[in-house]
Amino acid sequence: MLPLSVPLLTVAALATLGYLLAARRAIAVSGGDSRTLAALPAQYALNALLTIVIPALAVLIGGAMAGGGALTGWVVIGVALLCFAGALLQITPDYRARNHAETWIKLILMAASVIAILTTLGIVFSMIFETRNFFSQYRWQDFFLSTEWSPNFRGNSALGILPLLWGTLYISFIALVFAVPIGMFAAIYLSEYASPRMRAIAKPAIELLAGIPTIVYGLFALITVGPFLRDYFAAPLGFGDSASSVMTAGLVMGIMLIPFVSSLSDDIINAVPQAMRDGSLGLGATKSETIRQVVLPAALPGVVGAILLAASRAIGETMIVVLGAGAAARLSLNPFEAMTTVTVKIVSQLTGDTDFASPETLVAFALGLTLFVITLGLNVLALYIVRKYREQYE
Amino acid sequence: MSYKSLLTVDARTKRRNAAETRFKAYGLAAIVMAMLALAVLLTSVIGTGASSFKQTYATITVPLPEDKLDKSGVRDPDVMKKVTTIGYSSLLKNGMVAALQTAGISTDLNAKDIGGMLSKEAAATVRGFVLANPDVIGGDATFELLMNGRIDGYFKGRVTMESAALDGNTSPEELALAQALADAGIVRTKFNWAFLTAPDASDQRPEAAGLGVAILGSLYMMIVVLVLALPIGVAASIYLEEFAPKNRWTDVIEVNISNLAAVPSIVYGILGLAIFINFMEFNQSSPLVGGLVLTLMTLPTIIISTRASLKSVPPSIRDAALGVGASKMQSVFHHVLPLAAPGILTGTILGLAQALGETAPLLLIGMVAFVREYPAAYTPEAGLFGEAATALPVQVFNWTQRADPGFVERASGAIITLLIFLLIMNAIAIFLRRKFERRW
Repeated sequence: MLPLSVPLLTVAALATLGYLLAARRAIAVSGGDSRTLAALPAQYALNALLTIVIPALAVLIGGAMAGGGALTGWVVIGVALLCFAGALLQITPDYRARNHAETWIKLILMAASVIAILTTLGIVFSMIFETRNFFSQYRWQDFFLSTEWSPNFRGNSALGILPLLWGTLYISFIALVFAVPIGMFAAIYLSEYASPRMRAIAKPAIELLAGIPTIVYGLFALITVGPFLRDYFAAPLGFGDSASSVMTAGLVMGIMLIPFVSSLSDDIINAVPQAMRDGSLGLGATKSETIRQVVLPAALPGVVGAILLAASRAIGETMIVVLGAGAAARLSLNPFEAMTTVTVKIVSQLTGDTDFASPETLVAFALGLTLFVITLGLNVLALYIVRKYREQYE
Repeated sequence: MSYKSLLTVDARTKRRNAAETRFKAYGLAAIVMAMLALAVLLTSVIGTGASSFKQTYATITVPLPEDKLDKSGVRDPDVMKKVTTIGYSSLLKNGMVAALQTAGISTDLNAKDIGGMLSKEAAATVRGFVLANPDVIGGDATFELLMNGRIDGYFKGRVTMESAALDGNTSPEELALAQALADAGIVRTKFNWAFLTAPDASDQRPEAAGLGVAILGSLYMMIVVLVLALPIGVAASIYLEEFAPKNRWTDVIEVNISNLAAVPSIVYGILGLAIFINFMEFNQSSPLVGGLVLTLMTLPTIIISTRASLKSVPPSIRDAALGVGASKMQSVFHHVLPLAAPGILTGTILGLAQALGETAPLLLIGMVAFVREYPAAYTPEAGLFGEAATALPVQVFNWTQRADPGFVERASGAIITLLIFLLIMNAIAIFLRRKFERRW
């Protein structure tokens, strides 16, 4: 089998040669007067280049996808040679090189946009494939309905998703309890009350929170918030003595979500037509009455959408819970106890030495698929609500 | 019936005005809380991490006797390698004791404890120097050597006499001696370049751990992301914005892209593990795989921002180009794209910044591994960007999992480094936007 560099270099050499020769040939067939050509010599050259490169690369990628047979390299070189000859032979004064070159370019652009689809398919299929392997070794009833999670790499693991889901939802709930009021009020204040100067300072400052990587929040939870909550709340109140807890992760995740909620709400509040506010103010309502009784009800669907998007973010968040929530799978109501989430378990089952035949590793794919389905559902629902609401006023 | 003046406020108006003030106060409180959270977050991380940019060193003269280091006398590095770091640490111990005598400092500590005040890395430093310069054997050489994490912590205020009394790894006497050495000018604290250039270090020596490999790994991944995500993202956006017919297929792609932007990042890690590592068999922990995963993750962001900047170029530009005989493709590539370029670049930089801070997917593709070798960009065996590396955010995670408290400082220091990089990228993006953005 040829090393990959041989066909690649051959194609590159042929393409360069084709590019140079095509321009000369175009001038030659025109009899020295390039005005008689249907396109500029440079466009003939470009067309020749693309005609050689694109089919060859398509064959190369196709061959690699199909498992990379020993012949792929030779086939690529053959195709490139064939196209090289074709590209030069088809040059006549009437040949519309610009149009042909542009068709090739459009093909490239199209292929690029298909990558998004391929990514989704890759995500879905890779997870479905491994999840099927998992369910062939582990009963799905036990996975979805069992309340025990205790993986054991010697076998006989209990792999019930319920305690993980509970931890995920509990932490997300606490995060939203912090983020939604603060985010909403901040958005209301910034869009309805704040002076332009204050807006110019506060808005970027809040959005700065969105630009901070989640690992920073995770470290903040681990070294500051966790010990603080333990020493000043959990331990004195007798709720436990764990620094990593649902509260720690929830609080920090709440901070992370503030800019998310506030910028979405800001958009939504701004989309409410000014005429509605003016009408309410004209009837003698105060500003806050207008906001509470006119603006917010009008914006409600959008706000619900924003909260759903924030919830989907919270459920899929990984680093904050890995560092802040703990690793113990537990079904408990005490927010100062360590619990764990779906994402934490995906990380812990897939890092370190993994054996892709054992259910203890494969369960991560089932967890991932569950996570993907939940967040996708929330996103689709939220986008649907937001879009529907926007149309109302446009 | 009594008439009241409009200027006297009745109870109901008072109540409504009070409600108004309250409501406004809630809004203000929310903003203050958000800003406070930001301030606490930054001060906490910077407060713990700033000290990792300084490091405590001892300058001592170490005797390098031939009978210990090179009995054969041939100065052959291969033979000299037989002397391990343990052999060197006894020399360092002697060097420390000698330094104490020269400075006239007396102590009750035994020689072993005095030698232990130096980092375990110090012996490796001296050994590396001697193997590289065999000529120094037989004489003395002066070195600037790392002190161990606890002594270093004492000079940074992390370790106190009280905490040292409870700590098995150090003692108040050692700290007192370190203070005396500092007073004598033997021990000094100076800027820690090694933190930015040295590779990671093992569990027992946080004082030697650095970000060199992580920064290199992150750089490689950013190169992969830039080289792949920018052209693919721009090509896809041009197609969707300028050429795609409005039909169901295009709709599917668009919905798909907006959904991909909201997929949890860890799912991309699972994708990378299943496709790039298990199926395509790329090297685990390699920047190539990390870069590919981050590319897929940033593509939707880049596509969305590129489409927005293409959309902001007015149709009159396209019409003018078409009117003088340009083809559709020429109008896009010669006119629309250059005008949209600043916006595209800004979006790309922000996408890169997001990718630089991403941790979760990289954990799954094995970038948590302990890597001490600087990864090469290309080797014939591992291919392009195929050698194991770590990344900045992953290094932070890695250090939080270590037992020694010295690593907390290192992790926070790594965060500061990461935030500085992000700040620079964002500043560039804002600068580009301010300088080149056109309002039509």
